[in-house]
Amino acid sequence: MSSTEHIATAHVHRDDVGSRMGMWLFLFTEILLFGGMFFLYSVYRFQFAHEFHVAAKELNTIIGAFNTAILLTSSLTMVLAIIAIQRKQKTLSIVMQIITIGLALFFLVNKYFEWTAKIHHGIYPGSEELLSKDSGEILFYGLYYMMTGLHGLHVVVGMVLIGIMTRLTARNSITHDSYVRLENAGLYWHLVDIIWIFLFPLFYLIT
Amino acid sequence: MEQHNNHTEHTHSYGIYILVWLALMTLTAVTVAVAGMDIGNFTVATALLIACVKAYLVLTIFMHLKQEGKTFFVFVLIALFFLIISFVLLFSDYSFQ
Amino acid sequence: MSAEAATIRTNGHEPSYLEYKGKHSGFLGWILSTDHKRIGILYLISLSFFFLVGVIFGFLMRLELISPGRTIMDAQTYNSIFTLHGVIMIFLFVIPGIPAVFGNFVLPILIGAKDVAFPRINLMSWYMYVIGGLLAVVSILLPGGPADTGWTFYIPYSVRTNTNVMLALFAAFTLGFSSILTGLNFVTTVHRLKAPGMGWFKLPLSIWSIYSTAWVQVLATPIIGITLLLVVFERWLGIGVFDPALGGDPVLFQHLFWIYSHPAVYIMILPAMGVVSEIIPVFSRRTIFGYKFIAFSSVAIALLGSLVWAHHMFTVGMSDTGQFIFSLLTMLVAIPSAIKVFNWVATLYKGSIELSTSLLFILAFIFLFTIGGLTGIMQGILTVDIQVHDTSFIVAHFHYVMFGGTGFGFFAALHYWFPKMFGRMYHKKLANTYFWLLFIGFNVLYFPMFIMGWLGMPRRYYDYLPEFHSYHFISTIGSWILVLGLLLMIYNMYHSVRKGKVVTEKNIWGGETLEWQIETPPTHENFSEIPVIETDPYQYKMNEETLDKKEVR
Repeated sequence: MSSTEHIATAHVHRDDVGSRMGMWLFLFTEILLFGGMFFLYSVYRFQFAHEFHVAAKELNTIIGAFNTAILLTSSLTMVLAIIAIQRKQKTLSIVMQIITIGLALFFLVNKYFEWTAKIHHGIYPGSEELLSKDSGEILFYGLYYMMTGLHGLHVVVGMVLIGIMTRLTARNSITHDSYVRLENAGLYWHLVDIIWIFLFPLFYLIT
Repeated sequence: MEQHNNHTEHTHSYGIYILVWLALMTLTAVTVAVAGMDIGNFTVATALLIACVKAYLVLTIFMHLKQEGKTFFVFVLIALFFLIISFVLLFSDYSFQ
Repeated sequence: MSAEAATIRTNGHEPSYLEYKGKHSGFLGWILSTDHKRIGILYLISLSFFFLVGVIFGFLMRLELISPGRTIMDAQTYNSIFTLHGVIMIFLFVIPGIPAVFGNFVLPILIGAKDVAFPRINLMSWYMYVIGGLLAVVSILLPGGPADTGWTFYIPYSVRTNTNVMLALFAAFTLGFSSILTGLNFVTTVHRLKAPGMGWFKLPLSIWSIYSTAWVQVLATPIIGITLLLVVFERWLGIGVFDPALGGDPVLFQHLFWIYSHPAVYIMILPAMGVVSEIIPVFSRRTIFGYKFIAFSSVAIALLGSLVWAHHMFTVGMSDTGQFIFSLLTMLVAIPSAIKVFNWVATLYKGSIELSTSLLFILAFIFLFTIGGLTGIMQGILTVDIQVHDTSFIVAHFHYVMFGGTGFGFFAALHYWFPKMFGRMYHKKLANTYFWLLFIGFNVLYFPMFIMGWLGMPRRYYDYLPEFHSYHFISTIGSWILVLGLLLMIYNMYHSVRKGKVVTEKNIWGGETLEWQIETPPTHENFSEIPVIETDPYQYKMNEETLDKKEVR
């Protein structure tokens, strides 16, 4: 136990380390939430390796890779927003946060086109087209829609969170010596990125 | 003491983050390129390995895990341990069926 | 409750947390309070309500089973009632139980803090609890009828049935969220808010067990969250991940379900074990035997308990290797549990024992938990499990652990901290009376189930063969004794909160932990000054002074 762990004060005092600790613990729950679906994915992939292979060919690797690049870049802008606020560069921080939100939106637009294209081809849960395929492919697409859908939901939540942070920064509520909320929003955003880092190869690159 | 505590110094120069970002982008390009090649069973392994490297970079640099106390590092290990051991035990059933 | 208890006395001291006036007063002052003690009381009230609902369902089940064939309800109603009994008792009583009520009330005090790390999240978790509970109750009343899947929601039936499974799933999901928030709050609190000098090995043992529990809450609960969510989507859109008609694997659902729900068993029992370790030294006036062993066994139970989930699935057709591994690991969990039991008994040995109501409940805990634990090991043996799987043997086993263990632990904690919480004393003689009613009623109710189960009585059946009649009859009589005991306890608690003898003494039991060094009931901030900890907890010198104090009472 390091000595820095002993802040023997109650909630009236500020405890940024504690605040981040709470955020990390929350992130673990997110990791395990997706972890449960990764369990499903790995078991079914183990059982239906060939079908997963065939089904993954239908996914557009270009869009997937492009979206990966978008999210990685948004992670960069997020971290730069924090550095900027540490260096008292408020405007730069706000700009970086807005770029992050913009990139997230861009990601979602791509996702939207990807999904609608699939749905136009009649591939969605419960469709006749999908039900006529092998069960391995049904499972692949069931997982595909669930996992990317839940991830997309997290992107939306992240956008809202960062949006709130932008507002707080503009109002000088987040400043160069009080920015733990921005850090926590950033942690959340990076986690959304990490999940995508695993989703991308597992769905798009197993052809 | 408290002041010191709240300001865990997370200040890097902008440069290192841009470098990490470049590395992440390169790794993405590599993983896409490798997926195009036919290396049999290694496709998934390589893809996952690269994904792990990327996740490690994001965790340690972007999420500042390196600068946090040891406690945070142990926390992450506990969570990963739980995830991995559950995975292994799950496959103690499925891989022997 | 608050109004009367609050006006008792000010003593010229700071007002107690019961009479403290913050931004809001009256009812709002309670439901908007972020004070960990008030949230603990809120939990106590709401938890008691849901517990009573669960008891009523259990009582009705037993009544139905008093004779073979239809007695008071049809099979479908019985299916719904055992589902609701399970869902309510597990998700609304035993899982949140001790951490949410007593964890909230005493954890910050025991580590010398003024509140938990995130007071507002703490309040939010209570709201999620209430919302989840109401969803479960609403699912009973809406058309379609209450869920009839059993609390386990096993696929494929949970996808096919037309009852209100969706609401029950959402209820469990919300309650899981509440549990996660409590867990992450406690982990952070223990790490960040320990009083100066309070090292890890100076923590009271209940903190160790609540801390280990909190980790399990944080790490395991999300798995059931996503699993239940997937069942919701399976019903709604037919994504196929579990439905065998679409290629899904129902056994995989069971895996994911138990990856949470088995550790959840340790979420239930560990805090109760903490309570035991807390109460035994006080009423035997001895320093706890083997502090570090008890502390580490909590961690070991949390760890090992997360690795044994598939012992619920020995009959579903897992691989032999899988079965072997899970059976072995199941045996291992018995070790840390046994270490605890030995240490408790060793602490009692040659102690100056005062048979207070709390200690009676604790002794009952040790007795009943040992029966529950040992029968658990029996089921961990593969061959035996095939025989007793899905029989009332299992029902008896987990009631001995969860009710005999956690439930009695909860009652012990209630009688131990009651004077501190309310500044009033309950009727002690009455308390001892209903203790015996509960203890006898419990054994009469559940022990016949061991025998029936061994003879082949399946669980969850509303009908049975005539040869089981006498066992079922005895069991139902037991449920009446048990319910009588519970009613007396509720009366005693309710009456004592309002009219009980006023207690102002700080340290009514002669305890050595921090909650007994502060005002009764505690002030809003707990400590006027954050204490500096220099000694280990449980320092009993067996001196005359402590014994004299007993006479004063």
